Amino acid sequence: MIAFVRIVLRHGFEVIERAFDRLFGPALNPVAQLGALGFFFFWIVAVSGIYLFIFFDTGIERAYESIEYLTINHWYHAGVMRSLHRYASDLMVVMVVVHLSREFAYDHYRGTRWFSWFTGLPIIWLLYTSGITGYWLVWDKLGQYVAIVTSELLDWLPIFGEPIARNFISTGTLTSRFFTLMVFMHVAVPLFLLFIMWVHILRISRPKVNPPRALALLSLLALVAVSLWKPALSQGRVDLAKAPAEVGLDWFYLPLYPLSDLWGKGAVWAFLGAFSLMIALMPWLPPLRRARPAEINLDHCNGCARCMEDCPYEAIRMVPRSDRLPFPTQAQVNASLCVACGICMGACPSSTPFRRSEDLKTGIDLPDYSLQVLRDQVVAAAARLKGPARVLVLACRHGGGARHAGGVAALPCVAMVPPSLIDFVLSKSLADGVVVAGCAENACYNRLGAAWTEQRFAGQRDPYLRARVPRERIKTIWVSALERRRFAEELAAFTAAVAKLPPARLRSPLPPSTGRKRVGNSSQSVAEKTVS
Amino acid sequence: MTGLLRRAGQFAVIVALFASVAAFANWPVYRQIPEGAGIITLTFVHGAGRRTECRRLSAEEIAKLPPNMRRVEECPRGRRPLYVELDINGRGVFQASLPPTGIAGDGPSRVYERFVLPAGEYDVSVRMRDTPRTEGFDHARSGRITLAPDQMFVIDFRSESGEFVFR
Repeated sequence: MIAFVRIVLRHGFEVIERAFDRLFGPALNPVAQLGALGFFFFWIVAVSGIYLFIFFDTGIERAYESIEYLTINHWYHAGVMRSLHRYASDLMVVMVVVHLSREFAYDHYRGTRWFSWFTGLPIIWLLYTSGITGYWLVWDKLGQYVAIVTSELLDWLPIFGEPIARNFISTGTLTSRFFTLMVFMHVAVPLFLLFIMWVHILRISRPKVNPPRALALLSLLALVAVSLWKPALSQGRVDLAKAPAEVGLDWFYLPLYPLSDLWGKGAVWAFLGAFSLMIALMPWLPPLRRARPAEINLDHCNGCARCMEDCPYEAIRMVPRSDRLPFPTQAQVNASLCVACGICMGACPSSTPFRRSEDLKTGIDLPDYSLQVLRDQVVAAAARLKGPARVLVLACRHGGGARHAGGVAALPCVAMVPPSLIDFVLSKSLADGVVVAGCAENACYNRLGAAWTEQRFAGQRDPYLRARVPRERIKTIWVSALERRRFAEELAAFTAAVAKLPPARLRSPLPPSTGRKRVGNSSQSVAEKTVS
Repeated sequence: MTGLLRRAGQFAVIVALFASVAAFANWPVYRQIPEGAGIITLTFVHGAGRRTECRRLSAEEIAKLPPNMRRVEECPRGRRPLYVELDINGRGVFQASLPPTGIAGDGPSRVYERFVLPAGEYDVSVRMRDTPRTEGFDHARSGRITLAPDQMFVIDFRSESGEFVFR
C-alpha cells in the first residue's frame, strides 16, 4: 500500500518537475530546491520579524494599535515587512509539506536517511507553534479565535490546573504578563526551530541551505510583489465579550482549528498523535534492504580522501594509518551511514579497470558490487552490442536508462563509474560510444551523483576523465524513470552521431597485451578477445 | 532577449504560486458559530473540601513522629469532586461530577463548557454541590438572560464569595 502511494506520488512529482525543468532549467527548478527555499523563507521571516519587533508594543492594550500603526501609517516599509513575515511563514509550511511528500515519493526517508526524516517531525511541530503564537500576537479577531481554540485544545490535555481558555472569557481577565509570555514563545520557538533545522541536515554532506541566487532573487521579488498586491491586514480589534464568529483563517497554519469544532478536541489530538507516530515510524515501514557497506582495501588506499570528499552521506572519514604504508591517513567507512551507492569507488584513483592483476582490487570497494564485477558486466554488456555504432549505456538503476534493452549496465549510481572505465571501454574498442544515463538532473537519487559525474568528465573534479578520451564519443543523459522515450530519442540521436564518426584511434597507455590475462569471469571469451 | 523573456516567465510563475499562497492565507473565511447565534460558556475553577475530615492524632501517635514533623491532626490530601448542573429553559444541558485536578487529586476542580445557541432570551439555572451532602445543592443561581448574536455570555463562580456570576 505504502509502495503504491509512493509510486503514484512519484509519478506526480516527475510530471511537475519536468514541466518546471523546461521553464527554469534543472539548476533553478524550485521543486528541486525545496529544502533550500525553506531555509531562505526562514531567514526572510527572521529578518522581517526583527524589523517588526522594533514597532511592536508587547502590552496587551497597545499590541493591536502598534500593528495597525505600522500596517497603515508605515505601509511602504513596515507594512510590507509584515506581509513578507506572514507570507514567507506560509511558504515555509508549503515548502515543508511538499519537501516531505517529495522525499517520501522518491524513497528518500528509509535506510540511513531515517535521521533527516525523523528530525523533520519536530520541525513541523515547532513551525506550527511559531506560526500559531505569531497570530496570537496580532491580537485581532483572528488572534482571539486562535487564542481561544488553542487554549481549549491545550486544556483538553490533563496538564494545566486552571483552564487557559478562562483567560479569554471576558475583558480584564487577560494580563500583559500572559501576552509577554507569548512574545517570548514567538521568539524562543523559532530559535529552537533553527537549531532543529541544523540538526536535520547534520548527516547530509553538502546540504543545500541556500537556493541559487537567481531563484532567491526571483522569490524575494515575487514576495514583495505579492505583499504589495495583497498586504497582510488585521481583522478588527478584539472584543472578549463577543465571539470571533467569522474569521479569515490562514489555512496553512490553522486547518485543524475548524476540525476541533467538527470532531472535538480529543479527536484532533488523536489525529496529531497518529500523524506524528506514523511519520516517526515510516522509515521502518518496511525497513530498507541495504546492500553491504563499502570496504576499504588498505593495500590500495593512499589516504587521498577523494572518497570522503565525494560521499553524499558523510559515511567516510579519514583516520590515522593503521598499517605500515607511508601515508598519514586512511579512509574509514561508517557502516551505519553507508548506502552502498558506490560513489566512493568511482572517486578512488585506484579504481582503474586497466589493471591486469588476476583479482581486480581498488582502495574502496562494494562487497556486493565490486569493481571487478562492474568491469565484467561492462565487458559483457559491450559484447552484446551490434551494428555500425556500438553504444554502451552505463545507467543508474533509478533513472530512465536502466530499462533500455541491450548494452546496458545498471548501477546503483552512475558516479560509481570511475572515469577510467570510460577510457577503458573506448580504448579497448569495447564500444564506439558510451552513454552515462543517470536520474533527472537535480533529482539524483544519491543527491550528488550527476554533479560529480559531470565534473569528473569536465576535468573539474578528481579523478578526471583523461583528455585523450574523445568527448564526441561520450554523452550524459539525465532523465527520470518516466522519461524513457526521451532517453530512447537522445540515445538514438547519439548513436547516429557516433556512426558518422571516423574510426576511433585511441592509443592504449599500456604496452601491447600478450593476451594471457583475462578481464572478467562472466564473459571470458569476449574479454580475452577485446582486451588483447 | 530570450533570456529576459525566460526570466519574466519564471517570475510570473513564482508570483502566481505565491499569490495563491497569499490568497489562502485568509480565505475562505470560516464561521465558527452560525449566523445570529451566541455562546454561553460555563466555566469556573473551584476546589471542594477534603475527601475525608481531618483526624486528631493521639498523644502516642504524635510522640512516634519525628520531633520536627509533629502535628496534632492528620489531614488527607485529596479533595472531593464537585457536582454541577446547568439547565437552559428548564432542560438539563450539563450535569457532571468534576474530579479534582492534580496527580494527587488535591487541585481544584475545573469546568469549561460552551453552548452555542441562537440569539434570544433564556432561563438559565446553574447549581453546584461542593460538600459531602448527597441531596440538594450548596450554591445555585437562576435568571433570565438575553443572548445577543456573537455574544460570549459567561457563567462563572467566585470561590471567595461562594456565588455564581452571570456576565
